[in-house]
Formats: sequence, structure tokens, C-alpha cells
Amino acid sequence: MLCDQCGERDASVHLTTIVDNEVRQQHLCEKCAAERGVETTVAVPKHPLSVFLHEAQQQAAPSTESGKCTICGTTMGDFRSTGRWGCSHCYTAFEPSMRELLRRVHGHAKHAGRPYEPPPPTLDERSTILGELKDRLRRAIENEQFEVAADLRDKIRVME
Amino acid sequence: MIDLTLLPDGGIRWLDASGPRGDIVLSTRVRLARNVEGFAFTGRARDGERLRVLSQVRGALGGIEAMRDHVSFRVDELALLDRTLLHERHLVSKELAGLDSQHPLRSGAAVFLGDSLGIMVNEEDHLRLQSMRSGFALSQAHSALDRIDRALGDRLPYSYHPDFGFLTACPTNVGTGLRASVLIHLPGLVLTKEITKVLAGLQQMGLTYRGLYGEGSEVVGNFFQISNQTTLGSAEEELVSKLHGVVAYVIEREEEARKVLLRDAGYIIEDKLWRAYGTLRYARSLTFDEAMNYLSGVRLAVGLKLVNGLSVYTLNKLLIFSQAAHLAYAEGRSLSETETNLARARFVRTTLERESGTAVG
Repeated sequence: MLCDQCGERDASVHLTTIVDNEVRQQHLCEKCAAERGVETTVAVPKHPLSVFLHEAQQQAAPSTESGKCTICGTTMGDFRSTGRWGCSHCYTAFEPSMRELLRRVHGHAKHAGRPYEPPPPTLDERSTILGELKDRLRRAIENEQFEVAADLRDKIRVME
Repeated sequence: MIDLTLLPDGGIRWLDASGPRGDIVLSTRVRLARNVEGFAFTGRARDGERLRVLSQVRGALGGIEAMRDHVSFRVDELALLDRTLLHERHLVSKELAGLDSQHPLRSGAAVFLGDSLGIMVNEEDHLRLQSMRSGFALSQAHSALDRIDRALGDRLPYSYHPDFGFLTACPTNVGTGLRASVLIHLPGLVLTKEITKVLAGLQQMGLTYRGLYGEGSEVVGNFFQISNQTTLGSAEEELVSKLHGVVAYVIEREEEARKVLLRDAGYIIEDKLWRAYGTLRYARSLTFDEAMNYLSGVRLAVGLKLVNGLSVYTLNKLLIFSQAAHLAYAEGRSLSETETNLARARFVRTTLERESGTAVG
């Protein structure tokens, strides 16, 4: 069956929606479903995370993401074995597969809850964060992780 | 041992069954997962980082009115019995208490307890903010929690991404970080075997159910914890109101099932429930699961007005205080399994004798 939207790819997502007491069936391909993720209700599989982890284990890691998170050093392999990310930067470091993962887990990949603006850092917090970053930089250099070190140095420059 | 009298209402005000539908719904809780920007998530953080997170949280809580009279515990410095006690009161998770074999006790694990509010520090996420209410009171629990979340977020920088929302260690919590759950007693649906259909319906609605102690716990005594499964892609209010709608429907179905039971199997049910009461009243040894199942029967008997003179509050207290660590705490020493079962039967027996001396059918 072809996708109702693009008519090109095979439909693999079958949606049942109820609008004004009328039941509608839609058949979409993965790509079109992802694009319309926000307005559809995707039935959530019982163990979406474990299904994803299992599938991720079967595939070789995409070349763009074979690396580590430059802040905490978490790899895709670490995530596969623990099911947990290492730090907030992991969400940026693994962004492309993150969107796919979140769409599978939640049926959506975009936050629709309250927006948030963090408070401007106080001098105290700035020095704590700077201290933490410098500590990581020192360890990165000791371990000869020069790519990580360069990233950290940039972050420190911005803060100083 | 820790002094639980320091806790506002022992941290278990929700036991008093004063909330809406307290006969069927034990409690409502809503939690938010948050992380403090600038630190690795708890599982990846070094000891020093976790301690700095704790000190920042402690500092930020100082100026928040809702937590003015809070009590805090460094969970990592408590003895095993004390940690189990806090877990049995649903004040800390298994993971924070170091009772989960996969996640040993972490340095910097702490809990701040206010009036019907709790904040776990260095759980799977840096912060797990929790609000508890007696009965079926989702919007009240959520609004109290929202206030403290906003106040704390104005003082601490939370990890946040414009597309993914509040960032969490496990991707199943990302976005709103909100998990709302209702602990509900459904013996009518279990006895009429309607429960399978109801539970399957929940999953189709994007909701999920667990046992008395949340994730990974088994269903005992016909108590189900119903909660939202997903946290991303809907606003907080939508998640809460959807759960509210579904639970209201489940309550209706439970009431119908109870009517059917009374109508079609009146004397069988009545006999079954009185037997449960009799066992609790006179048994000399009770395992936890046995006690839960008989208490479920007696709770149903009270709901059907077959038993008078026994309050739901008493039954709720029995649920919490007949757990192993609570019995050991009351005895002032650790107990073997046999001793625990004897102490449990004695505790249940004397409580029922005292509080339902006049129970009549």
C-alpha cells in the first residue's frame, strides 16, 4: 500500500483518528508520518524504548554518530547498554537519531509543554561551571582527546 | 533510626482518605523530572558533581515559600532500614534509596520533604519533584507542583532544549518530564474479569499501569497505578486532563462492576469479604501479599457498606504500617521473615480490634 500523502513510498504507519465522531483511516510512510507527527495520534508500542534499543543493536552505528558526546564522553554504545544519556549535550550530539528515537517513544519529536528560560547565571554559578569545564579540559588533554579539548576550550572562551 | 515525627504529617497526609473519591482512589501523585545545566546527569556524574548539584538545590530551596518548613535527609548517609522506611512511605524511589540492585546507593542522594511535596536529588535525574494528594485530585497536585517547579527554575538553570523540552537522562521522560499517576483500587473489575479489557484500553489511550510501588512493581491487592506513558508532544495540562478523563471513566466502570457483583453474586461476595475480614482479625501470621489481598477484600466490603464502623483511613494506615521496615521500626529492631509475618498479623489484629470493635454486617 502506498502512502496517502506522498503516494511514493510504502505506507508503514496506519493511523486511526476520530474527528467529530467520524473515524478516519490514514496510511502514511515513515517520512510523512514524521513530518505530521504533531497532529497525529500514533499508537505507542508497549515497550517502545526496548524495541528501539534492540533495533539499534542490530544496526551498525551511522558513521556521523560513531563518535562521543564531546562533553561527557557518552557513546551510542553506552546509551544502548544503559538506556540513559550522560548529559544534556548528548541531545545535541546525537540529534538526528534522537529525533527518530523520540518519535518512536512518544509519537512526537517536539516539545509542546511550557517554554522555559533559565535564569542568568550568578557569578558563583559561572565560576562553578567554569571550574568544571576547566577540569574536564585538563582531563581531556591528559587523555589526548584533542577534539574534545578544542570544544571545551571554545566553551570556556565564550564564558570568559 | 530517623525520627519520622519530624516530617510534616509523617509525609503521608494522603493516607487520611479526605480527597475526592477516597473510597476508590488512594492517592494522586504528579512528578516532574529536571536536570541542572552544567553537570553530567546523575548516572554519569562524579561524586563531586553530585554533591555540587545537591548544594545548589539546597541553596535554591532556601528562598521558596512552599518548602519553608521542609525536612531533608541525606539518603546516602542513612542506614538500610531507614532508607527502606522512606521507600515504603513512597517518599523516595527504590533507585534513590539504593534498594535497586542495578543502581547502588549514590553519594549525594538526598530528599527534601515539604507539606505534600517532595524533591529527590540525584535520582536518575538531578531532580524529581513530586506532589502527593489524597484521593483523586490531579489538577490540585499538578498546580502545587507547577508553582514549586517555576520557583526552582527561576533560581536554578534547568537543562532545556527548545525542540525537546526539559532534558532527562532517559528519553522516555523528556519534554514535560511529567508523570501523573493515580493509585486506584479495582477489585470489582478484577472479580468480574473486566479488568483485562480496561487495561488494554488504557494502553491504546497512551496510558500505562503499574503496581503499588511504580515502575517494575507487581500488582497486589487489586491496586493499580495508572499514569501517562509519554511525556513529549503534549502540554502538561493536556497530559493531566487526559489522565483525569480516563480515570473518571475507570471509576464509573468499577462502580458498575460492584453493582453487578452485588446483584448477581450477593451472598458469595459477602461471604468472601467476611472471610477476608475474619482472617485479618484472627490470623497469627501474615505475609505481605496475603495482608494486601485480604485488606483489598475488606476495603471492598467497606465500599459496599457490608462492614460498618471501619474507616478507609484505618485501612490506608494498615497498608503502609504493615510493611516490613515499618514493623521493624515499631519493634525497634530488625526482624527475620518469620518474625515479620508474626508482627504483621499482630499489628493488623490489634488495629482492627481497636478501630473496628463494633464492625457489624
